[in-house]
Amino acid sequence: MTQVLLNVQNITRRFGGLVAVDNVSFDVVQGEVLTIIGPNGAGKSTLFNVISRIYPQSSGQLFFEGVDLGETPPHKIANLGIARTFQNIELFEHATVLQNLLIGHHSLNRTSVWSNLLFLKSTRTEELASRTRIEEVIDFLGLQKYRDSYVSGLPYGIRKVVELGRALSMKPKLLLLDEPSSGLNPEETEDMAFWIKDLVNDLGITILMVEHDMSLVSRVSTRVVAMNQGQVIAIGTSAQVQSHPEVIKAYIGAEDEDAHD
Amino acid sequence: MRFIFKTSYAQDIHIVKHAGQTFWYSLLLLSLAVCPLVVSEFWMAQINIILIYSLVGFGTMILLGYTGQLSFGHAAFFGLGAFVQAFFTNLGWPFLAALTLSIAVNAILGALIALPALRVKGIFLGVATLALGLIVEEVFLKWESFTKGTSGLAVKSAEILGVVFNTQVSFFYLVLGIVICATWLTLNLLRSSTGRAFIAIRDSEISAQSMGIHVGRYKIIAFMLSAGFTGVGGAMYAHYLRFISPENFNLFLSLDFVLMVIIGGLASIHGIFFGAIFIIMMPPLIANLKDLLPAFMANAAGLQNVIYGVILICFVLFEPMGLYGRWVKIRTYFQVFPFYRDGMFKRQKSFQKSDRLK
Repeated sequence: MTQVLLNVQNITRRFGGLVAVDNVSFDVVQGEVLTIIGPNGAGKSTLFNVISRIYPQSSGQLFFEGVDLGETPPHKIANLGIARTFQNIELFEHATVLQNLLIGHHSLNRTSVWSNLLFLKSTRTEELASRTRIEEVIDFLGLQKYRDSYVSGLPYGIRKVVELGRALSMKPKLLLLDEPSSGLNPEETEDMAFWIKDLVNDLGITILMVEHDMSLVSRVSTRVVAMNQGQVIAIGTSAQVQSHPEVIKAYIGAEDEDAHD
Repeated sequence: MRFIFKTSYAQDIHIVKHAGQTFWYSLLLLSLAVCPLVVSEFWMAQINIILIYSLVGFGTMILLGYTGQLSFGHAAFFGLGAFVQAFFTNLGWPFLAALTLSIAVNAILGALIALPALRVKGIFLGVATLALGLIVEEVFLKWESFTKGTSGLAVKSAEILGVVFNTQVSFFYLVLGIVICATWLTLNLLRSSTGRAFIAIRDSEISAQSMGIHVGRYKIIAFMLSAGFTGVGGAMYAHYLRFISPENFNLFLSLDFVLMVIIGGLASIHGIFFGAIFIIMMPPLIANLKDLLPAFMANAAGLQNVIYGVILICFVLFEPMGLYGRWVKIRTYFQVFPFYRDGMFKRQKSFQKSDRLK
C-alpha cells in the first residue's frame, strides 16, 4: 500500500555561493499529505521550484513514479500528473475563471493547431468534453458564481480557490501547494482544510505542500518535513516534528548557555 | 439589460453569443454587401484599404494582443507577402496559389523571427524585430531580380477562375471575403486550446509552463500565424496598389500596425477594425485640420506624427483598452441606464506577482 510517488534523492540547489537547498532527501507516499515547514529562507519554495522544474537542481535526483524528473522539460511535468499552485497567485489575469480552468486542462488536450483553426469536429468534441470535466472542479470548489468573471476583478480569497481549481483541472496525481492558506481569513483557511482533506480522501490525490499556519498543518498533514537553512532537520508526524528540539531551535533559537552564568 | 442563461456547453463555444448579436452582425454584413451601390469610388477605396489593414490587424492582434509579444517588424511580413504575391502572379501563377505561397513563405520567416522571442521579452523583443524590419527593407531594395528595387514592381489584378478583380467594387468583395475568413479563423483559434495557450503565455509564462504549455512552441506558432495573416494583408495590398516598391514597407508602417491594435483595443477582435478605421481615417482628417491651423504649424513637417503621438499618449493614459474599451463603456452606459457608475470599469489593484522566479 505504501507506494512511493515522488522520490527526492540528495537534492541540492545552489545560487552562486548560496546553497538554498542542501542535500535534501525524502519520499512522498501515495495518498498522503506531506507538509514542508520551516522559517523564511529555509529553501522550501526553492525545493518546490526544483520539483516543478522551474529551476534545474545542482545535484541529486528526483523520481516521480520511476520517471527521472531531471530528464523532463518543465512543460512535460503536467503530463506526468504533477500540478502546482504558486505562493503569490500566478493566474491568467485577463481571462475568465472558466478560461483559467480550461488552460489548466491544457495538458489533456490532444487537438492540433490546424484542427483548432478550422474548429473541426475533434476540437468541438474536445471543447465540450473538457467543459464537462471542468464543471466537476467548479462544482467541487463552488465556483459557479464566478464562472465567467474575469480574474482581474476577483478578490484575493477567490483567486486562491481559482488557482487550486486550475491545478485540479489537469487531474493531477501529485498536487504541489505553495502556501495554500497565505492571505486567507480564518473562514477561508477552514474551507481550504476541508478541500485538502476531500482531495486526498475522495479524489485520491497526493499532496505536497509548504505551509506556515501550524493549526492547518497539524489538521491535514500525514507527515511533516521541517527544513532550516536548506537542510531537512526533522521528518515525522506533526506532533513529533513540533516537539523536535532542532525545530524549536530553528524557530525560536537555542537557549544561550553562557547567558546563565 | 441582457442576461445570458446558459443551458448547454455548446452555447459556451458558439461564435454568436445571443440573438442580439445575430441581428447586428447580419445587419452589418448586409450593409457591407450593398454599400458599393451607394458609396462613391473614393470611399470604396478607403474601405478596401481599411479591410487590408484589418487583415494585418489580425496578425498583430494575435501576436501583441493575445500572446503579448511585441513586434516592430511587421512591415517586413507585409512587404514579403506583397512581393511574393506580385512576383508569382506576374509569372502567371493563379491568385490562390500565389497567396498560399506568400502565406507559407511568411510563416517560415515568422518562425525564424520567433527564435529571438524565445530568449528576449518585451521591449528587447521590440528592438530585435525592429532590426529584422530594417534588414528586410534593405533586402527588398537590393534584391532587384525579385523586387525590381527602387524602380518598383507593377502587379497584375487578382483573378480567380476567370473573374478579374480590377475595379474597387469587385476587389472589395474579394477582400471582404478574405476578411470574413480571417475573422472566422481567429475566433476559432480563440475558443480552442491554442488561443488559450497564447493568453496563458501573455499573462504568466511561468504558470503557463506549469500547466503543460510548451511556451517556446506556442510562441513560434503565434509568430507564424501572425506573419501568415500579415502576409495575406500584404498580398492584397499588392493587388490593391497594382504597383509596389520597397519604400512602401518601411519602419513607419510597422509602427502604424502596432499603433493600430493599441488604439483599437488590445485583445479584442472589434479593436482590430476600430484600429484600422482610425489609422486610415486619421491622415485625411489631419489634412482637413491643417486648414484651421496657423500657417507655421500647418506646414511644419511631422505634424501627423506629433498628432499620432499625442493621441497614443492619451489612449495609454486615459483609455488603455483602446477604442473598443470606450465602446464597451458607452454600450454599458445605455444597457444599464440610469445605473452606470464611474467606477464600473475601474481596474482592481493587481496583486504582487512572483517576480522572484526568473
